Formats: sequence, C-alpha cells, structure tokens
Amino acid sequence: MSDANSAGWLQRLRAGLSRSSTSLKSNIATIFTKRKLDFASLEELEEVLVAADLGVEAATSLIAGLSQSKFGKEVTPQEVRAELATQIAAILAPVAQPLMIDPAHRPEVILVCGVNGTGKTTTIGKLAQQLKDDGREVMLAAGDTFRAAAIEQLQIWGRRTDCPVIAKAPGADSAGLAFDAVQQARSLNADVLLIDTAGRLHNKAGLMEELAKVVRVLRKLDPAMPHQVLLVLDATTGQNARAQVEIFSSIVPLTGMAITKLDGTARGGVVVALAKQFGLPVHALGVGEGVYDLRAFEPAAFADALLDLEDRAQR
Amino acid sequence: MFDTLSSRLGNVFDRLKRRGALSAADVEAALRDIRVALLEADVALPVVKDFIAAIKDRAVGHEVLRSVTPGQMVVKIVNDQLIELLGGQTVDLTLTAAPPQVVLMVGLQGSGKTTTSAKIAYRLRSRERKKVLLASLDVQRPAAQEQLAVLAEQAQVTSLPIVLGQQPVQIADRALDTARREGVDVVILDTAGRLHIDDSLMLELAAVRDRIRPHETLLVADALTGQDAVTLARAFHERIGLTGIVLTRMDGDARGGAALSMRAVTGQPIKLVGMGEKLEALEPFHPDRVASRILGMGDVVSLVEKVAETVDKEEAEKLAAKMNKGQFDLDDLATQLQQMRKMGGMSGLLGMLPGIGKIKQQIADAKLDDRVITRQLAILSSMTRQERRNPQLLHASRKRRIAKGSGTDVQDLNRLLKQYQQMQTMMKRVKKMGHKNFLSRGLPPGLLQR
Repeated sequence: MSDANSAGWLQRLRAGLSRSSTSLKSNIATIFTKRKLDFASLEELEEVLVAADLGVEAATSLIAGLSQSKFGKEVTPQEVRAELATQIAAILAPVAQPLMIDPAHRPEVILVCGVNGTGKTTTIGKLAQQLKDDGREVMLAAGDTFRAAAIEQLQIWGRRTDCPVIAKAPGADSAGLAFDAVQQARSLNADVLLIDTAGRLHNKAGLMEELAKVVRVLRKLDPAMPHQVLLVLDATTGQNARAQVEIFSSIVPLTGMAITKLDGTARGGVVVALAKQFGLPVHALGVGEGVYDLRAFEPAAFADALLDLEDRAQR
Repeated sequence: MFDTLSSRLGNVFDRLKRRGALSAADVEAALRDIRVALLEADVALPVVKDFIAAIKDRAVGHEVLRSVTPGQMVVKIVNDQLIELLGGQTVDLTLTAAPPQVVLMVGLQGSGKTTTSAKIAYRLRSRERKKVLLASLDVQRPAAQEQLAVLAEQAQVTSLPIVLGQQPVQIADRALDTARREGVDVVILDTAGRLHIDDSLMLELAAVRDRIRPHETLLVADALTGQDAVTLARAFHERIGLTGIVLTRMDGDARGGAALSMRAVTGQPIKLVGMGEKLEALEPFHPDRVASRILGMGDVVSLVEKVAETVDKEEAEKLAAKMNKGQFDLDDLATQLQQMRKMGGMSGLLGMLPGIGKIKQQIADAKLDDRVITRQLAILSSMTRQERRNPQLLHASRKRRIAKGSGTDVQDLNRLLKQYQQMQTMMKRVKKMGHKNFLSRGLPPGLLQR
C-alpha cells in the first residue's frame, strides 16, 4: 500500500464504520457525562460492545479491565473511549500482519477458502491487483468448479487485473485443477498463484473433506504447499465466525484471514474476539467492490475508527 | 467449541428443573443465562432486552412459583415467547394477484439472492406448476447474470436473455414485457447485492420497485449474520418496503439469532429458509419448530415429515415386524443405513430428535460422520447374501475377503458386527421397556466405538 493511499483508506474505513461508530459514540456519551463509573454504567457499556459484535466474552473481559483501572473515578466519555480503543488496539496488534510473499517459493501458492458468499473471488481479484502493482507475476486458479458462473467471475477478474486464469469445465475436480495450476505456474515462472475454492459451510463434513483433499494433493507436489491458506470472513457475520475459524483451521492449515464487507454498518467487532481466541493474522480488509478496495489491517486505526476517535493520530 | 444456544439453554433448564420450587432469584439467574445465550446466538441486543423483559413479566408470578414443576413452566414460557417473536405461524409466499406477479429479491452482497431466486423458481415450477421467468438486474458483480442463467437452466425455467449494457430498470421493463407476452405466471427479479447505506444503489432499487410494483419483496439474509441484522433489515424495510424475509444458510451451525432480530424489527414474516446448496433445498419457515430446536426440545414434526418423505413405508413396516420378532439381520441393517443416508445422514437426523443432546455429544466425540455409513455399506455389500442373513458364517477367511473387497480392515468389519450385536441387544431391551424413553438414557456404551 502506498502512502498516498493511506489517508484515503483511513477516511474510507472511518466513513464506512461511521454509522456504527456514531451509534456507539452516542450510546457511550449518554452513559458517561462526567460521572462516577459504577456497576450500572459498566453493564451498559458492556452491552454497547456486545451490540458491536465483540461477543459476550470479549466484551466482559474488556469491561473488567476498564473496571480495574477506572472504577469509582470521575470519567468523561472521551476517556472511556480512549481507554477502550487502546485496549482493543492492544488485542489486535499481534494479528496485524501483511501478506508476505517469499520470492524463494516461486510460485507462492495461496489457497483461499471460506463460507459461501463471503467474497473469496472478489478478494482474490483485489489481491491480484495489489500483487501486480508490487511488480509480481500473478496467476489465478478457478477452483470453484461448483457454483454456477464462478469460473467466469474469476476470469473477468483475471482480465481486469491482467492475470492468466487456469480453469477447467464446471464440475471438474478442484484438487486436480489446483495440481495443474501449480504446474503451469511453475512453467510460466509466476511469483504467486492464488487458488479460489468453492464456498462451503464449515459444518458440512463432505465439503470440508474436499478442501482437505486440495491441500493433500498440493502437498504431493511440494510438502510446503500451499504456502498460505487464507480464510475469507464476512464482517457481517456474528459469533458464528468463531466456529468458522475453529473448524476451518482444524481441516486446513490456516495462515491468515481477510475480513470483507467492512464498508457496511457491520463493525467487524468479532475480529477482536477472534484475535483473542485464535491469534490468526489478519492480512487485509475488504472495503468495497472496486479493484483497489483492499486495505492493510491497522489495529490502532481500526480500534479508533470503531470508537470514532479521530483526533489521536499523534498517539 | 462454544455451546450452541439449545445446549446452553438446556443447561439452564436442567438446573431449574432439578429444583422443586423456584424463587425469584432462581428465575433471575436463569434469565441472565438466557440473555447471554441469546446474545451469543447473535440475537440483537434490543430484541434480547424485550424478550427478557417479557419473560420476566410472565415468569416471576404466582403462576411459576405455585406450579408443580416450575422449571418446566419457565421452559414453556420461554418457548411460547420465542414462537411469538418468530412470528407465530408459517407464512407462505402470497402470489394470488393476476399474473404476471413479480417477486423482487433484495439483500447484501453474498447473502444468497441468486441461488435463492433459482430455488424459488424451482419450487414454484415443480410444486405449483407455475410458469416462471428469472431475470437478473445485477449489473455490478462480474458474471452474475450468467450465474442466474445457468441456475435457471438447472431449475428448468426460462431466464431473460442477457442484453449487455442495459440498466436495471430497463431489464425489469423487458422482463415484464416478456412475461406478459409469453403468459408467465411469476417473474423473479434478482438484484445486485448492495449495502443498505449505499445511497445510489438503494435509490436505484427504489426506482425499480416504483416501476414494477412487486407483489413480494423479499429480503435475502444470511443466517450467520450478527448484530448488524437489525440495522440492515430495518434499512431495507424503511427504504424499499419488505413483504418477507428469506433466511439462507440455515443448514449451517449458526443459531438463528438473526431470524429473531429481523422478524422483530421489520414485523415481516420469515417465509422461507435455505437449507443447502441444491435447488430443492428451500423450506418453509416454521416458527414453532425453530423455537423448539433452539430450546433443545427437538424438531419432531420435521423429522416425521422427512421420514415420511424418504422412507418406503412397506419397507419400514417389514423392518418393524422383523425387529419385533428379533430377526433383524445384516440385510436389514443395510436397508436402514441406506435410508439414513437418504435422510441427510446422522447429523441431519439427530438435530431433529428431541432430548438427545447427550447422544449428539457422544456422536460428536466419536467423530461418527456420514462417511462411516458409506464405509459400512461398502462392507455389507461385499458380503454374500448368505453371510448377511446369517452373520455367524463370518469366519476369519471370509472376513479377510470382505475387508479386501470393501477396501477396509477386518477391524472395521468386526466393529460393524459388534455394533450390530449391540443393536440387537438394544432392540430386545426396547421391546421389554415398550419403547418408553429409551433414547433419553443415551446410547449404550461402546456402540459408537470405531
């Protein structure tokens, strides 16, 4: 990500989160107009966090921390928000890691998986653009051979980003396709191969087994493959995201996540719960349908945007 | 894994039920747990608050304190309240006006609009013999129109030919013209996924609505949705005006919190639920059944219906007679396994049975998934007919042959045989008990060993 874009993305993210933040802000403002922090206000504050999809557990522990440091003291809404944002940013900091490409791998094989409709194909398109802009040769593999027109969708992204797309007929075996794609990527000397997969609910054993097979087959080519397995998670998702991460990571070796649809009113508060529980790196945030609508995950900005704190850039 | 709502509430109620009399404090404690359970199930906070308040009103009264089994009473109150919140009764699509009738599908990106459009088309064509036209107004997502065209073909309904460069309102016009000309009963308009705060796309949608005046405007929403469900449902309802909601991915393990929230803020019924990736996997929404399922009381009605749909009645009666006589052989076991597979496997069935939370846990622990059924069927079909009728014949060399033939180990075969023996024992026991609550004790130990 270039620096010129940086201010833009923050603005966009903040704009995207502003609805939720506004409600969060006004909620907190009504709770604290410079008065003592008591049990009732703590409980209300906890509910505010829960309503932001942080989940009961994460909300409870945040509030416990707040209670330790501020209980019984006179506090303003601003102080409470700052405190919470700092805590949230601290939880998120370890998982904010950019997608790293190891030039020695050539191709770096990245398998992209997730539940249906989370935005896997779109995220691949955006990632491809980002990697191209960094000067890398990128190849795409249309591994979603199940959903109608999924292959065409990826091919269109391939044309947009000027990346070759490996595809087979609908209904083809996606593990076989992944195998062929790696071989082609090798022969064309590509830097990165992004493999799309069909969306699948994590509680469908049969479909998850298919995904496991893709990994097994790739390992036959090289035990280190796939070098990365990305889970694409919809920010609109509630606490079920925990089940998604847990089960996907038990089937395939997840190495990171991309959080999509953060341009809506969904706050993605569940990311906080996920960071606490799994510590899986978050590589990118999706903030729109455009080819450049992919952002790095910046914990402080994310926490601040969530709590609508704009004037803390000097922090 | 964290608890599901039903097991969570199950714990709450187990505690309640064990007590003879309830104090107000007991109820208070239970309500706290119910509140957390509902929040973890992604029911939106304001909806949870209303729910808890309503329960409290009804529960902390003489009614509960004086009733014989107070815990049971609370369960009933919670259940009734849940059903009420979910909408009371099943509501179908209302397509009674003069044809062509128009169904407008709206929702966020990736909620499943296109798949659901095709499922509804399939349902109307196959069940109600309607002539359906599918048209995609999605000019945003790459290949969205092609996707609908492919699905239309699978559902054996017509789809509007794609004309590149047309805008949504133009496509809608063309769809209606075509429908009038060709005597179509129902036109289903799939739209681009959009955020409820995307002003220009919401205006575009409103323009389409004003132009075609749909008879049904369905919000397609993901059952996995979190607290945002209230915000998006309210926004779509205020700006576009909904007549119903379709909840997709109900076959996932999300706990339906979004259903409660969206129904509560829009006042519109949940009309259909998506239960899988296949075109026929669309079912009516039954508030009472879903409420029971949430509360861990089982969905017996669905189970019975499903069994009736799939099980060959004569076969079942023959089987029952054999069981009663204690002549249950391996052929019968094979039939049973096949039927089980037809009904969506173990997991599908167990989710619907009442009071078997315990068994479900055992199954999960044993990791008994549906592949086991497939493998067992392979073993059974590698036996000769004689061997299936008389398992006593199975000596070492025959066992080796069968294992080889089915690509399994002799241990797998032995386990199957042990399971079969245990089933026979269990059946004898059931016969003695007269079917009385044998499931509530859980499965006999070792039955699920692999």
